[in-house]
Amino acid sequence: MSEAAHAHPGLHHQFDSYEQQRQSASLGMWAFLVNEVMFFGGMFLAYAYYRHRYGHEFAAGSHSLDISLGAFNTAVLIGSSLTMALAVRAAQMGRNKAIVAFLIATMVLGSVFLGVKVIEYSDKFEHHHVPGPSFVWHDEAGSGKYAGADPFKIQIYFSLYFAMTGFHALHMIVGIGIMLLMLRPAWKGKWNLDNHNFVEGFGLYWHFVDIVWIFLFPLLYLIGRS
Amino acid sequence: METTLPTAELPERHYLNQGQGIASWLLTKDHKRIAIMYLLGVTFFFLLGGIMAMLIRLELLTPQGDLLEPDTYNRVFTMHGVFMVFFVLLPVVPAILGNFLIPIMIGAKDLAFPKINLLSWYLYMIGGGLTMYAMVRGGVDTGWTFYTPFSSTYSNTHVMATAIGVFINGFSGILTGVNFIVTIHRMRAPGLTWFRLPLFVWGHYATSLIQVLGTPVVAIAIALVGLERLFHLGIFDASRGGDPVLFQHLFWFYSHPAVYIMVLPPMGVISELVAAFSRKPVFGYRIVAYSSIGIAVLGFLVWGHHMFVSGQSVYASVVFSVLTMLVAIPSAIKVFNWSSTLYRGSVSYETPMLYALAFLGLFLIGGLTGVMLATLGFDVYVHDTYFVVAHFHYVMVGGAIVSFLGGLHYWWPKMFGRMYPVFWSKLSALLVFVGFNLTFFPQFIVGYLGMPRRYWQYPAEFQVWNVLSTAGASVLAIGFLLPGCYLLWSLKYGKVAGPNPWGALGLEWTIPSPPPTENFDGVPVVKGEPYDYQTGEEIFGILGKEAHVV
Repeated sequence: MSEAAHAHPGLHHQFDSYEQQRQSASLGMWAFLVNEVMFFGGMFLAYAYYRHRYGHEFAAGSHSLDISLGAFNTAVLIGSSLTMALAVRAAQMGRNKAIVAFLIATMVLGSVFLGVKVIEYSDKFEHHHVPGPSFVWHDEAGSGKYAGADPFKIQIYFSLYFAMTGFHALHMIVGIGIMLLMLRPAWKGKWNLDNHNFVEGFGLYWHFVDIVWIFLFPLLYLIGRS
Repeated sequence: METTLPTAELPERHYLNQGQGIASWLLTKDHKRIAIMYLLGVTFFFLLGGIMAMLIRLELLTPQGDLLEPDTYNRVFTMHGVFMVFFVLLPVVPAILGNFLIPIMIGAKDLAFPKINLLSWYLYMIGGGLTMYAMVRGGVDTGWTFYTPFSSTYSNTHVMATAIGVFINGFSGILTGVNFIVTIHRMRAPGLTWFRLPLFVWGHYATSLIQVLGTPVVAIAIALVGLERLFHLGIFDASRGGDPVLFQHLFWFYSHPAVYIMVLPPMGVISELVAAFSRKPVFGYRIVAYSSIGIAVLGFLVWGHHMFVSGQSVYASVVFSVLTMLVAIPSAIKVFNWSSTLYRGSVSYETPMLYALAFLGLFLIGGLTGVMLATLGFDVYVHDTYFVVAHFHYVMVGGAIVSFLGGLHYWWPKMFGRMYPVFWSKLSALLVFVGFNLTFFPQFIVGYLGMPRRYWQYPAEFQVWNVLSTAGASVLAIGFLLPGCYLLWSLKYGKVAGPNPWGALGLEWTIPSPPPTENFDGVPVVKGEPYDYQTGEEIFGILGKEAHVV
């Protein structure tokens, strides 16, 4: 680390300017998100294929989910995206305490989402709606509407439900972990007008996780609910 | 080498001696040191995969299954495939040569994200470590492709540990790809426009796109297999309405483009070698650059040619067959343009050039048999025979490994500042070429005659071809071990190379060998086209030290 590093705090040695550093960080995050899109894309492909084949069973499985919990979670997650955007704004203005406050708010909302997810998952376990040897299907929710649904094919719906929401939740847990690590540098004033790439990049990640849910909610909860 | 000054001395300070001790390596953020650490890791896994290969060849020396148990044989060829594909061929050129050279070639101090670069290396080693753990605990027998339902339901071997290893290693590749994309976009020196970039950089750019777009898809496919084994999710389980062929679609959506991950950076290496040792610019520079992108894009549209006999719709197969043949166009453009570069050039047969010429021949055979296999009717006939095995070894070993060796011999004096013995290096290039053809050409014949892959015994009439193949593998093994010996020797006793032992053009040859940690003394500027061997104008300068900067 040369004198230049001291003259420009937060400017990494491989970059010539803050501008170059910011553009690199932003492009890197976008490229990483492209990778994430493809990662979830594999599951969305499987979803499209099986929904096409087993539309009736997917509607049956979808009816066993609690739509109000799903809607509540959607609102919570969109709220967390708002607080995240405010945290990014605070970082751009170098307001340390505001960054910390908004990060904590985002974490709280994220945790509420995960808590609701735990309730939903445990409900699935209680009703033996988890794919595997102990899977049992009674058509209570549809009250005979989905009489012909094949329980084996309904397991495909629940396989996708758990895989997609599970990987989504995993991304949220990782995100909350990263936010925990961000609290200290935020408090110490690491981010300022010149150097707030990290908060900005993380904001992109959090919004991405939010958008995945915006797709998951209708695809999993709202089948045949007209 | 004639241009080496007898008085050449190693620079006093360089990246190898700035910082001593193991911690200065394990915590380094210098792309050059990380490249050396990759070199060690890849060499180790290459050795492991090579031992597996020799076990396969020894078993197949005789028609009877007399050396290995059939179950053991399944595990040996699986571990050979897993180590060679995921831990050798994918990282061999990008993570070693690309890591070392891309920042230097574009005039940067380092990659855009040095810490993530180090993280990539750790992910690679952790992934490799888990796979080795699976191996010592008894291995995997699914084949490197992890086809369901075998990998998800029926295999009782260590599928999980291997799958997690491959999954983690995938993220190493993704992060390297992101790093290269950002570095090439944002860190180029003043004056270094896209069409002044060395073709080596173009090849890596195309490969990075595939890594970012393709690797996550195989990651999710493998993850879903894992969830099926652990939690009985039934996405690929036919007994619950799942579709095992869906796994093949997801797997090959990545794993076919992965072949181009393996071969595009090597093609970049060949462009550099052919230009440097013909003393000519690469013929049709722009079209060679575009053809890299063309191969990367087309590569995403051909995965179905692995599934001609997997119950895929015959109409889909016809489309995939035609699309696959299209890949021959950008590939052929490259081969023709390299040949045109050689034409009337001042060709000198230094060791790296021998590898480049070997590549041209081997890739030609590998590529043309690829067109044969793309032909639907022919592929159904030779599917899962040794014809296929020979084809992809011609592309992957003849392409990736041979050109890696060429590149390693070309940039070795840059990496370590010393030359290796000429005689031994040329001998080993010859052994690799002869040994390789002797190993794999007979496999085309025996495959065409009907010998299926992945069996530990075979009808006696195939023996003569298998004996030839095993003999070739032994020669090839010596050809691979020799460089290990003389390159190590050269580290201490080799003649000091000086900054530009080949008299080649390129930013990497304007700095000392081995380079200093910060690569350049100032900000380099580029004032002309690459490979400008003919006009002899000065195309590189240092910002502020030249009056007329373009």
